[in-house]
Amino acid sequence: MPHEVDQSFLALPLRALADAALARARALGAEHADFRFERVRSASWRLRDAKPSGSSDTTDLGYAVRVVHGGTWGFASGVDLSMDAAAKVASQAVAMAKLSAQVIKAAGSDERVELAGEPVHADRTWVSSYEIDPFTVPDEEKAGLLAEWSARLLAANGVNHVDASLLTVHENKFYADTAGTVTTQQRVRLHPQFTAVSVDESSGEFDSMRTIAPPVGRGWEYLTGQGWDWDSELEQIPELLAEKMRAPSVEAGLYDLVVDPSNLWLTIHESIGHATELDRALGYEAAYAGTSFATFDQLGKLRYGSELMNVTGDRTAEHGLATIGYDDEGVAGQSWDLVKDGTLVGYQLDRRIAKLTGFERSNGCAYADSPGHVPVQRMANVSLRPDPGGLATEDLIGGVDRGIYVVGDRSWSIDMQRYNFQFTGQRFFRIENGRIIGQLRDVAYQATTTDFWGSMAAVGGPQTYVLGGAFNCGKAQPGQVAAVSHGCPSALFKGVNILNTTQEAGR
Amino acid sequence: MSARSNKPHEIVERALELSRADGCVVIADEQSTANLRWAGNALTTNGVTRGRTLTVVATVGGKQGTASGVVSRAAVTADELEPLVRAAEAAARGAGPAEDAQALVAGVPESPDFKDAPAETSSAVFADFAPALGEAFARARAGGRELYGFANHELVSSYVGTSTGLRLRHDQPNGTLELNAKSPDRTRSAWAGRSTRDFKDVDPAALDAELAVRLGWAQRRIELPAGRYETLLPPTAVADLLIYQMWSASARDAAEGRTVFSKPGGGTRIGEKLTELPLTLRSDPNEPGLEASPFLLAHSSGDDQSVFDNGLPLSATEWIREGELNRLITSRHTAGLTGLPVSPAIGNIVLDGGEDKSLEEMVANTERGLLLTCLWYIREVDPATLLLTGLTRDGVYLVENGEVSGEVNNFRFNESPVSLLGRAVEAGRTEKTLPREWSDWFTRAAMPALRVPDFNMSSVSQGV
Repeated sequence: MPHEVDQSFLALPLRALADAALARARALGAEHADFRFERVRSASWRLRDAKPSGSSDTTDLGYAVRVVHGGTWGFASGVDLSMDAAAKVASQAVAMAKLSAQVIKAAGSDERVELAGEPVHADRTWVSSYEIDPFTVPDEEKAGLLAEWSARLLAANGVNHVDASLLTVHENKFYADTAGTVTTQQRVRLHPQFTAVSVDESSGEFDSMRTIAPPVGRGWEYLTGQGWDWDSELEQIPELLAEKMRAPSVEAGLYDLVVDPSNLWLTIHESIGHATELDRALGYEAAYAGTSFATFDQLGKLRYGSELMNVTGDRTAEHGLATIGYDDEGVAGQSWDLVKDGTLVGYQLDRRIAKLTGFERSNGCAYADSPGHVPVQRMANVSLRPDPGGLATEDLIGGVDRGIYVVGDRSWSIDMQRYNFQFTGQRFFRIENGRIIGQLRDVAYQATTTDFWGSMAAVGGPQTYVLGGAFNCGKAQPGQVAAVSHGCPSALFKGVNILNTTQEAGR
Repeated sequence: MSARSNKPHEIVERALELSRADGCVVIADEQSTANLRWAGNALTTNGVTRGRTLTVVATVGGKQGTASGVVSRAAVTADELEPLVRAAEAAARGAGPAEDAQALVAGVPESPDFKDAPAETSSAVFADFAPALGEAFARARAGGRELYGFANHELVSSYVGTSTGLRLRHDQPNGTLELNAKSPDRTRSAWAGRSTRDFKDVDPAALDAELAVRLGWAQRRIELPAGRYETLLPPTAVADLLIYQMWSASARDAAEGRTVFSKPGGGTRIGEKLTELPLTLRSDPNEPGLEASPFLLAHSSGDDQSVFDNGLPLSATEWIREGELNRLITSRHTAGLTGLPVSPAIGNIVLDGGEDKSLEEMVANTERGLLLTCLWYIREVDPATLLLTGLTRDGVYLVENGEVSGEVNNFRFNESPVSLLGRAVEAGRTEKTLPREWSDWFTRAAMPALRVPDFNMSSVSQGV
């Protein structure tokens, strides 16, 4: 049965503050105003070698008023929960809009902010799909489980150190705007991670092996058997690490890659997720996060990858980290195509960008990470669709003569236009004549986005599909972080450039 | 709650009075911000914010050791003060013994302004800057340039009180200005950044003029392949690489054999010569223009920092002294574990000891090499060598016979800052710089430019 929104959040003066702020904004002549109240509780636990090494439990609470006034944005936020204070914040937002208008006038610009329409969603409530709110689980139980699992790894041969961490978030948002939309929402997410480290003291060599369990929009049940087999993963880590320590260094060159969902999600995030953000493609992030090679004039034309490539954006997938009922501009969560049969067919939008580029409606990608930050277009769950009749991962491997099977994410980097990327991973298995014959070390793969997706020769079936993701996607100035999921099957890529990272280091 | 009790020092006192734990640290952070963002010669988003976060650290002794609990809340009201203190105490009782447990710091004199109202910024900080920015937009438009960028000003007044009697305060202003100019077709791009305490020392017109020159250099385009090139790294690029090195300079991790600063066979590389140049890498809370907190502020414990160390006085620290690795980062706890001196991280970083040469003079002394603008998307590839990857961004210029001859394509690099220090053949004059990649987290740096004879440009990036 779905949860209800916490009473402690509903007991806050949400509507009174919203009414005061929106009334003031209207009285000062705003064309549009929205009020957003947020309470976000984030807690973390860290253990080193099964001992507590740090924890935090932080609740951010406050509200923001955003206005369009005279065709210009104004934004202000506050924390004082009185109606007078909320009205004052609305006045500050209007004052910021007026300051902006002066600068815009001095620059001789005629750009005006207008928003795409959205049906009014009057008084809607939405709660994400989870069973046990991790904040209702006693700290002793959480710390105890992390310590027990750390100790299990630490007891294994060849494991010298174990780092463990757990992040948990409980997010409440209340939104009201001058059109009449009012939404109240609650989301829960968590991310457990365990890393085993092996050190060969005599040679000075060391390496690590991390769990590949993804962060999820689930509750504490994720650690007690739902959605991931932790016992199985923890059991494999020490042997995988020992094998990695003994593994030969990779020979640089071209290889066929079978990329596991535990690694491919991050490549999708960087090379498709960010590249199909329309605010980026238009230049609004040009000085910071960057732009996109997938420019707006290429919509419907750009050959993004092979014909097997079908990518969707959604804010609706169960347990997805970017899944919501309504976004931070009151737009209902949707699902749509970004890449179809290898061609760019869609973008991620917010209301302003949608209007500016002639879309009738935003697809609901506005998000602010805290009450003190302005909503910007942030990533939906961007996912690669599996081939309905596609192969299992071992059968993809079975078709490769000389290649590498890539598992787990580690290092990532991509350029400001999303062309050139380089990724490493947790484990790289050498494939010869369709069979895995041990691990390789010092591997990185480097490619240009359209070449890489163009080389995709097979997409795995639904049985290989995993929803991966991250808590820490960064964008905008002031910087904001967002959690996002990416679902994908295993997939086969032909002739990808593999680097040897010790050679890159000049050793 | 009376209006009086909203004063941060009184909230700190009240929380300490409520504490029933063995030890208690209370940190009140009063934060205000103002920002402007622009794209294509027009303002886009903006904002002013004001907030308070109260952090309570409770420490509880037990048979097996002392545990700690940390709880932080924004916008705490009088009614929530006691629940907050109790929550921290409950967290401490629910946690196992903290391995970093130490006696709380005592005996530091009270800050003279502890009882004073917090410092605050507002949109007024841009009173002169905003009109000048508007004029820069107009000039850029007339000159065929598009300006993008961000101006941010923050002020945090931190009040720290402990059950051991500390009453400390630090005000940290933090301002950044980033200006990016592009040709309207976006095939050319140039960048300049500044860190500032108050926006009185930044001039958008001057920065725009600097960028106009660089966009001019880019009118001649030269395609170069991947490879190793003689490269001039400007101060911002050096700062970004050395900040990452500092974040990887945990004494404990090194002693455990898991970083670039680990010595094969055990121990750390302290005492080892990292560069033949007489370079000193240091931090100093009192560094002029880069002032940072003179005492330790820890809102949670981590690998190299401990909530038990809150209030610990910080002093000038040389991480590398005349080329030799001198200090790694420790808390009191990890100093004990590793047998190394207590040397916590400090909020600024300075590299000096180079020659008194400007970047322009270093360009003039270059026969053939690359001049970078800045680095981007820096991530660790291999901790064993501290190999980092990333991109060049917003202008790679070819220098021939002492002059810039044109703009080169961007590259992906794979390089280690530790290795770069060892291979650098020249360091210039140290100047204040904005570390572009890490400016969301770290803004206070002064660096020289470095000349590296063989910088590893691993592949070409088509990105602009």
